[in-house]
Amino acid sequence: MEAILRIRDLKIEFNTFEGVSQVLDGVDLTLGRADTLGLVGETGCGKSITAKAVLRLLPTPPARIVSGEIWFEGEDLLKKSEDEMRALRGSGIAMVFQDPMTFLNPVFTIEEQLVDVIQAHAKNQTRNHRQKSVGRKEALRRAIELLREVRIPQPESRIKSYPHEFSGGMRQRVLIAMALSGAPRILIADEPTTALDVTIQAQILKLLKDLVERHGHSILLISHDLGVVAKVCRRIAVMYAGSVVEQCSTAELFQRPLHPYTQGLLSSILTFSKRRGSVEGIRGTIPNLINPPPGCRFHPRCPQAREACQRLKPLSIEVREGHWVSCHLYAKDEGVADRLEGNE
Amino acid sequence: MKKEGDVMDETSWLSRWRAEHESQIRSFKLILYTLSRSPLSVVGLSIVAAFLIVALIGPLILTHPEDNKEAVHMDLKLKPPSRSYPFGTDEMGRDIYSRVIMGTRLSLQIGLIIVFVAMGIGIPLGIIAGYVGGWVNEVIMRITDIFLSIPGLLLALAIVGVLGPGIKNAMIALSLVWWPGYVRLVQGKTLSLREEAFVESARSIGAGKLRIIFSHILPNCTSPIIVKASMDMGMAILFAANLGFIGVGAQPPEPEWGAMISVGRNYLPDRWWMATFPGLAILFTVLGFNLLGDGLRDVLDPQSRG
Amino acid sequence: MKRFFVKRLVLMGITLFGLSVVVFSISRIAPGDPARLAAGPDATEEMVEVIRKEFGLDRPLIVQYGLYMKGLLKGDFGRSIRTRHQVWEDIKNYLPATFELVFVSISFATLFGILFGVLSAVYRDRWIDHLIRFFSVTGVAVPMFWLGIMLQLLFSAKLHWLPLGGRLDTMIPPPTPLTRFFLIDSLLSGNWVVLKNGLVHIFLPAFVLSFPALASITRINRAEMLEVLHKDFVLNERAHGLPNRVILFKYALKNALIPTLTMIGLRYGWMLGGTILVETVFDWPGIGYYAVAAAVYSDFQPVMAVTILLGLNFMIANLLVDIGYGYLDPRVRYE
Repeated sequence: MEAILRIRDLKIEFNTFEGVSQVLDGVDLTLGRADTLGLVGETGCGKSITAKAVLRLLPTPPARIVSGEIWFEGEDLLKKSEDEMRALRGSGIAMVFQDPMTFLNPVFTIEEQLVDVIQAHAKNQTRNHRQKSVGRKEALRRAIELLREVRIPQPESRIKSYPHEFSGGMRQRVLIAMALSGAPRILIADEPTTALDVTIQAQILKLLKDLVERHGHSILLISHDLGVVAKVCRRIAVMYAGSVVEQCSTAELFQRPLHPYTQGLLSSILTFSKRRGSVEGIRGTIPNLINPPPGCRFHPRCPQAREACQRLKPLSIEVREGHWVSCHLYAKDEGVADRLEGNE
Repeated sequence: MKKEGDVMDETSWLSRWRAEHESQIRSFKLILYTLSRSPLSVVGLSIVAAFLIVALIGPLILTHPEDNKEAVHMDLKLKPPSRSYPFGTDEMGRDIYSRVIMGTRLSLQIGLIIVFVAMGIGIPLGIIAGYVGGWVNEVIMRITDIFLSIPGLLLALAIVGVLGPGIKNAMIALSLVWWPGYVRLVQGKTLSLREEAFVESARSIGAGKLRIIFSHILPNCTSPIIVKASMDMGMAILFAANLGFIGVGAQPPEPEWGAMISVGRNYLPDRWWMATFPGLAILFTVLGFNLLGDGLRDVLDPQSRG
Repeated sequence: MKRFFVKRLVLMGITLFGLSVVVFSISRIAPGDPARLAAGPDATEEMVEVIRKEFGLDRPLIVQYGLYMKGLLKGDFGRSIRTRHQVWEDIKNYLPATFELVFVSISFATLFGILFGVLSAVYRDRWIDHLIRFFSVTGVAVPMFWLGIMLQLLFSAKLHWLPLGGRLDTMIPPPTPLTRFFLIDSLLSGNWVVLKNGLVHIFLPAFVLSFPALASITRINRAEMLEVLHKDFVLNERAHGLPNRVILFKYALKNALIPTLTMIGLRYGWMLGGTILVETVFDWPGIGYYAVAAAVYSDFQPVMAVTILLGLNFMIANLLVDIGYGYLDPRVRYE
C-alpha cells in the first residue's frame, strides 16, 4: 500500500519546570493512502503531540523538535517554512480536535468561523495555483454544503447559530465540517469522541468511515480507547512513552498481539479478557519522561523483560508482513548481542 | 528542689505558641517565599516597607525638624535644592525634604484610617447581606450600588463640600466612598461560601450563626480582603492627596503632599522643586502599594482579576 | 435582548432615585443653617427667614425632599452662592467643555489601551512589552494633577510646544456654536485656525485625564489576550490555516474585550471624577472646575448638581457597557 504520510524517527523534547522531558523518543508511523490508522496509547504517551507535530502546532519555546522526518507528498514537512505550513494546515492535512466545547470560538457564529476558514483555504490554495479566491456568498454556500455533508439538519438556518446553541455531537460534526473545508488528503482526528456520549460516539465514527469511503481521505484516528479505534481503523499503531511499540492491522492486533504492552492493554479491556472474571492490568505506572528508563521504556513494567531490555532500545522489526514490533523478544539474537557489544 | 519541669516551663510558652500556630506560620512563610519570586512584588514590598519605616522613624531623619508646621524663615524662602536642603525650601523658608518625610507619616495615618473605617462598615454589612440573603441582601446591595454609581472623587468632593474643608472631613468623606467596595467583595464571597459543604456540615451539627461567621466565613474572606486593602491603601492616599490639592482636604500648613503641591503650583515654573518632590513621594507610595497588592493577589487569590 | 435592556433601565431608574436621596441627605447634613448659608454672609435676620420660607427649609424633611425632586425634574438645581446664577445656567455653559474633554480622553484611552494591550501580549517579554508594562503599572499610581503640572512644566514652560491651559488662546474667538464642542464646531464651519488651536489646547489635558485609564485598559487587555491566546479554539483556528492577523485582531480580541469592556466602564467613572483635577490644573472651563470652585467656597448647590449629573452620566455609561457585553458575548444574551 502506498504511504501518504510517513513519520520517521521523530524525537521531540519539552522544556518543563522540572527539566527537559523527552516526550517523543523516535516515533515511526506510516499512514497509507485512503487508509485508516488508529493511534492508541495511554494518556501522556505522546500521541497528541505526534499529531500536532505533523502540522507544526506545537509551541516551539517549550517544545523542540530534536530530529526526525515527516514525509508528506514527497516533502519533509519539518523542512518547510511557517508560511508553507500555514498553507498546508487544513488544505493538505486537517485536524479534528476533541472536546468541541472549547475548540469553537464562543463569540462568533458557525457561519463566521466556517466562512473565514473556507476563504483562508482558497487564499492559500491560490498561492499553489489550485483555486481562485472565494467571495463571501460562495463561501457561505460551500459552508452550508459541508454542514449538510456531516449530516447537520437544516444547515441553512443552523449555520447562523453560536457554538453554545449546539449539542456536543453537533459541535463535533461542525469541527469535522471545518476540517473537510479545505479538501484535505489526510484527516487527523485527536480523540474526536472522548467527550461524547456512547451513542453519539457511534454516529460520529460512522460518519468518519463514510467520509473515507466517499472521498478517499486517509484518516489518522487518535484515541486512548481501543474499542473506538477498532470500529473505524483498518490498521492500528500502539504507542507507549513516546514511541510506537507495535503497528499492524486491526485484526492482527486483536488476534495475535506481539508486544507485551499490547497484550497487557488487551487484557485490561474487560470484553477482551480470555478468561471470564479476570481483569488483568499492567502493573506499575507510566514513566517520568524527564528521567525515562534506559533501554526499552516499558521494561520496568514488562512481565517478559530481559537483560537486554534495560540497556538497549529495541528497533522496529517487521515480524510478519505488515506487522511491526519494537521488542527484543522478536529480535534476532545475534543482532542484539552485536549492538550490545558495540555500545559497551 | 529544682525539678526539670521548671526550666522547661520558662521557655515552653514561646514553643507552645509556635506549635499552636504552626500552620499559620508556615503559610505566612510560604506567602513571603512566593512573593519573593516575583521581582515586581519584591519592589512593591520594599517600597511599602520603606514607606512604613520612614513613617515610623520619620522624626529621627529630619534635617530640619522644626519646619514641620508652623516655622517661618522668610530669609530662607524659595531656595533650590542644595546639600543642606535636599528638596529645597518652600515659600515660608521651610525645608521641603523634612515636610515630605512628615507627610509620609501623615499619609500613613490617613490611609490606615480610611481603609479601616471602610472595612469596619463594609465587611459586617457584606457578611450580613451575603449570609442573611433575601430582602436584607437586596436593600444593602441596592444602597451599595447607589454609592458606587457616583464617581468616587466626586462623591468625596460633595461630602467635603458640605462638611467643610479639612483633613478630618476628607477622611470621613473618603471612608464613605470606600466602604461599598468591601460590601460587594465580602457579600459575594459570603454568598458562595454559604453554599459550601463545610458550612452545611457546621450547621447540621448545630453551630450558631455567629460561630459559623467567625470561624468559617471570615477566615475564607481574609485573602481577598488583604489584597484589596493593600491596593486601597495606595488609592486612599492618592485620593486624599487629590482632595488636598483641590483645597478641601488637608489645609496648609499641614505637610500633606497634595496640599504642598497645590501651594507649589503658584511658584512654577521657576521654583519647580516645590511641586515636584511631594508628587514623586505620592507616586512611589501608590506604586508600592499597587505592586504589593498585585503580588499578594497572585499569591493569595489568583482567580480574581481586573 | 429587549427584556434585558428594559430590566437594566428600570434598575437604573431606581438607582437614580436612590442617588437623589443620597445627594439630598448629604446636602442636609451640612453643619450650620442652610438658609443662612444661602442668604449670604451679610444678610439680615429677616432676609434669612424669607429665604428659609422660600426654600421650604422650615418644612419637614420629607416635604423638603419632595420639593427638591420637583425642582430637579424641572431642571432647577438651585442657585450658586458664588456666581449668583442659577446652577442650571452655569452648568449649561460649562458642560460641553467637560464632555468634549472626557470624550476625547476615553476614546484615546480605549483605542490605545486595546492596541498596546494586544502589542504587549503578542511581543511578550520583549522590550516593547517591558516598556508598555512599565508605563501601565506606573500610570495607575501617578497622581493626575501632578502629572498635569509636570507636563505643563516641560512642554509649556520649558519647551513652549504646548499652551498652558484653557480651551483656546485668548485672542481666538470660539467657533460658531452648534454643538458647543469646539473641535466639532470648528470642523463643521471649516474654521481651521480654531480647529488647530483647539486641538493643541485639548492635547495635554486629554492626555493627562486618559493616562490612568490607558494604563488600566492596557493591563487588562494584555492579560486577557494572553489568556485567550492559550485557549483551545485559537489552536483550532491555527490548525485550519487562518492568518495570524485574523486570529489576533478578530477572533482572539473579541474574546479578550469582554472583561476589558468592564474595565473601560469602570475607568470612565474614575475619569469623570478626574475632571475636577485636570480642569483645575489646566484652567479648563468645565463642570469639574465649577464644582471645585463651588466646594472651596462652601457653595454646595452646584456640587450637588454636578454630582447628580455626572452620576447619571456614569449610570448611562454602565448601561452602555452592559449592552456592549450582550453584543460581544452571545452567551449572555439569553439570561
